[in-house]
Amino acid sequence: MSKQPYRLASGGLVDRTRTLDFSFGRRKLSGHPGDTLASALLANGVHLVARSFKYHRPRGIFGAGAEDPAGLVEIAEDRTRSDPNTRATEQELFNGLNARPQNCWPTLSLDFGAVNDLLAPFIPAGFYYKTFKGWPGWMTFEPAIRRAAGLGRASSEPDPDNYESVNRHCDVLVVGGGPAGLMATLAAARVGARVILAEETAELGGTLLARDPNLLTIDRKSPVAWVAGVREELEALPEATILTRTTAFGYYSHNLIGLWERVTDHISPEARPERLPRQRLYRVRAKEVVLASGSLERPLVFHENDRPGIMLASAVRTYMHRYGVLPGKRIVVATNNDSGWDAALDMARAGGEVAAVVDLRTEMAQEHLAEAAKRGIAIYGNATVVGTTGRLRLSSIAVCPQAGGRPVEVECDLLAVAGGWVPNVALFAQSRGKLRYDQQLEAFRPGRSWQHERSAGAANGFFGMAECFAEGARAGAEAARAAGFEPRPLAIPTVPASGQIGQGPIRIIPELPSRRPKHKVRAFIDLQDDVTTKDLSLAVKEGYRSVELAKRYTTAGMGTDQGKVANMNAFAFLASARGESIPAIGTTTFRQPYKPVTFAALAGQHVGDLLAPRRTTPMHEWHRGQNAIFEPVGDWLRARAYPRPGESFHEAVQRESKAARVSVGVLDASTLGKIDVRGPDSRELLNRVYTNAWSRLAPGRARYGLMLGEDGMVMDDGVTACLADDHFHMTTTTGGAARVLSKLEDYLQTEWPALKVYLTSVTEEWAVVSLCGPECHKLVGELCDGLDSNPEKFEFMSFRDAEVSGVPVRVFRISFTGELSYEINIKSTYGLWLWERTMELGKKYGITPYGTEAMHLLRAEKGFVIVGQETDGTVTPIDLGYAGMVKKQGDFIGRRSLFRADTAREDRRQLVGLLTGEPAIVLMEGSQVIGTEAESQPPVTMLGHVTSSYFSPNLGRSIALALVSRGRSRIGERLWVSRRDGAPIPVTVAGTDFLAAGSAANA
Amino acid sequence: MFLIRCPYCGERDISDFVCGGEAHIARPTDSETMEDADWASYVFVRTNPKGVHAERWNHLAGCRRWFNVLRNTATDDILTVYRIGVVRPDVKANLPPTPSGEASIGSGNDGAKVMAPGEGGSSA
Repeated sequence: MSKQPYRLASGGLVDRTRTLDFSFGRRKLSGHPGDTLASALLANGVHLVARSFKYHRPRGIFGAGAEDPAGLVEIAEDRTRSDPNTRATEQELFNGLNARPQNCWPTLSLDFGAVNDLLAPFIPAGFYYKTFKGWPGWMTFEPAIRRAAGLGRASSEPDPDNYESVNRHCDVLVVGGGPAGLMATLAAARVGARVILAEETAELGGTLLARDPNLLTIDRKSPVAWVAGVREELEALPEATILTRTTAFGYYSHNLIGLWERVTDHISPEARPERLPRQRLYRVRAKEVVLASGSLERPLVFHENDRPGIMLASAVRTYMHRYGVLPGKRIVVATNNDSGWDAALDMARAGGEVAAVVDLRTEMAQEHLAEAAKRGIAIYGNATVVGTTGRLRLSSIAVCPQAGGRPVEVECDLLAVAGGWVPNVALFAQSRGKLRYDQQLEAFRPGRSWQHERSAGAANGFFGMAECFAEGARAGAEAARAAGFEPRPLAIPTVPASGQIGQGPIRIIPELPSRRPKHKVRAFIDLQDDVTTKDLSLAVKEGYRSVELAKRYTTAGMGTDQGKVANMNAFAFLASARGESIPAIGTTTFRQPYKPVTFAALAGQHVGDLLAPRRTTPMHEWHRGQNAIFEPVGDWLRARAYPRPGESFHEAVQRESKAARVSVGVLDASTLGKIDVRGPDSRELLNRVYTNAWSRLAPGRARYGLMLGEDGMVMDDGVTACLADDHFHMTTTTGGAARVLSKLEDYLQTEWPALKVYLTSVTEEWAVVSLCGPECHKLVGELCDGLDSNPEKFEFMSFRDAEVSGVPVRVFRISFTGELSYEINIKSTYGLWLWERTMELGKKYGITPYGTEAMHLLRAEKGFVIVGQETDGTVTPIDLGYAGMVKKQGDFIGRRSLFRADTAREDRRQLVGLLTGEPAIVLMEGSQVIGTEAESQPPVTMLGHVTSSYFSPNLGRSIALALVSRGRSRIGERLWVSRRDGAPIPVTVAGTDFLAAGSAANA
Repeated sequence: MFLIRCPYCGERDISDFVCGGEAHIARPTDSETMEDADWASYVFVRTNPKGVHAERWNHLAGCRRWFNVLRNTATDDILTVYRIGVVRPDVKANLPPTPSGEASIGSGNDGAKVMAPGEGGSSA
């Protein structure tokens, strides 16, 4: 166990009776329950935790919470659980925690990447844009640059943990559990409103926990006791929910707020309860919102202001009072407002040796001066810090009067900077509220609300403790009233007079004066992205004057901290560089998320098999039993092929395709979309949505139809059967079923409400066993009782009702292969039974199950199209050669478009067959068809592209379908198909029905 | 992330719905005699106003009924919903200063993010 030399003897919420061991890199350290990784590191005197993004400069812990810009580490629990870019200030300590520094090699203290720092003069803002132009270009250098500049590495293993997403509704959502947030929650919850309080850290209290409990009492209680009392009261209210470790990360339209809860991240992995998810994502729809998200302290901008050991004064106070850690032995405070003095005196009282206070102002509060003098603190008024020393940890600073003169070297290991307070308006701005620039605060604060929210306390620009309580009570009551409750007056807690003090007068200097020449000043604005004042000046000089452009050009505020503490200083510096006021230059856009949210939490349960609903047919288990290869088709999982042991996928497809034409093949066609169309106007509807005519289709007969969009392009196809004069059974493509149903519903509801037609999706009602092959009618006859399956009696494009062992079936004689084929439809609960029975009875015919790949191949042999493969939303029925299916009389969806000048063009791409000169060569689908033997210099005139391509086992050669400009007039012509490596492949344009052509040739 | 009040089911999250584009575009019944340009305008051309826009929405994960919505595209306020066949109601919408309140230089809506000096309004 280490000694924790910087741990105070008392104070804070940490449990000193218990010790937690953890490691940081190779160092074994210890802390206490209640610590964050940052507070435990600081207790052990570790400031240096990271290297910066660009120059690899040493980075320390700068803040105490989500605002910390650069203290990023990797939490490595095991190989699968490693969380890069975790803020040390936010990771709660647990026993055995293993943190590693990142973005450094070989070690954190000796990082070779730091050579970038020496090269800094040559890597100005926009360096990459300026340097990697033209040949060989960015792409060549990117991998190396990405390696050098970058943060942690994520695990490439699947995430082993569970995550949860939750929808919640509430009357009032309160963001922030500090003084204002707690009062707002009380005000709303006491009158019965359903309230959710979201607090980002592990404990309620906010700033109250970062104050000396000997000085701040609330209703004569210590802050911790007061907060505990509030918590107890809220927990007893049935409609109040307290969520700690929960960040409100996004404010969206209509008062939708995203909350991200870290449920078990603070527990060591072995102790995490199995039943709990690791993190939760809440989508909260709140009637009213109170934003009590507090304020952020601004850093000061001076030369070498980025060393480990330089921290925000507010963070130092948090470490002292919340965690019982004083992160330095000899301390200097640099400030431009009263809160810096409060912090300095706090540190002195806690036993720190405060060497000096440097105040940018000339006027300082008398009481502060007196108290400081009493404690022997050196006071430098109207002065500034002009430089710092210490390679990996601050060792001294140089203080100089602003007017100039000899700098004084002050030795110190901690410099607390207090640059004034900025209301945390991120969520307010995300909600589309308008910001207002406050001249007194020299910062933006909430101006005009857009949604149902109000800001309270420090988030609203009120920094005194008593003000925060009153503000919270006001906002909570207001929210409750707006949500329909009658608020009651709430007693405002009393705090001692010292609690009234906010920041007092403030003096903002965008860049502190320096004795160095301008180009040698390295005053950092953004500690994570290494953006200095010099970079921003350069951006302005080069014309990137807009705040949005300067941000992108320099990357200021673009790190994982989104510039929480950097942005206000960047705006102020830009305004001064442009010689304009801050409100005139505006702000960058506050976007969701407020801070990085894990993808796992966003994905929630929607991972792996639960990513999307997966539909399977009643016969699925049988397919699995045969070790079928599956493919997703729409939402469905379909068997693609059934390779036998030792057989490749290709061999299986060839065998299956052959069997379907010589013996009996069987396909599970259950996934086909099926819509029950019923009502007196059903026929009329079909007439209006299909390109062909339906008026004469008699009951018992079926017809193939093409459906277009209003643009005249083929949208879907399928066979529809007439069950009765007012009753049809429509089938669609597997993937198009939902789209077709929605489209028909749309037209029925909006364009043709007078039509009496009712549509019902019956896709899942029916399982379909599709039999194919010259012998298959015999098998159908054996399977079905009371059915004469003789193809001469049972006409093509008709159907019959029959029974299989007493179970009713509907048998269609239709074909998608060009072969004799029957489709047996049965109630899906009998699907597997019928399939197994078919397999049993079919043995003697050598029945062979075939998958979707063989189905695709078989139909291509016949030249049948697949919507979505031969068509891509730019193909008309005429392009496909289906002009005969377009009726001459009567309107239908898309008809008029077929006569538009463009759709009637003669050089449109038309569907044709392509035969390679060398029968063994199978063209690649998607290849371009060109008209010359050699591929000329680009641009090459492209005549079309290959849509389907297979090796046909039945024809013993390769076949391909293609869309080719003026294709039908090119039959017999020689064209070429371009390929990636090698000369274009010569092909002959042919008709689409390879099977017919093949048998004609053999005859 | 809107909340939309389906006229048949009540208020639901946007994830229940799909948008079907601009409303009140009737399918021509005389397409046979229409000029190409007129037909193309029916098929392809839609308005894209800043301000009140009549849209078709379908409660796909609910009652599957189509209805119309008047939405202010500048503010995303849903002004009213009404059933198919009902005449478009006349509603007033609060439009932010036009043309769009952008700052004279730079990108983005800088002017819309920060209040101009003297511009009224409070945080509540």
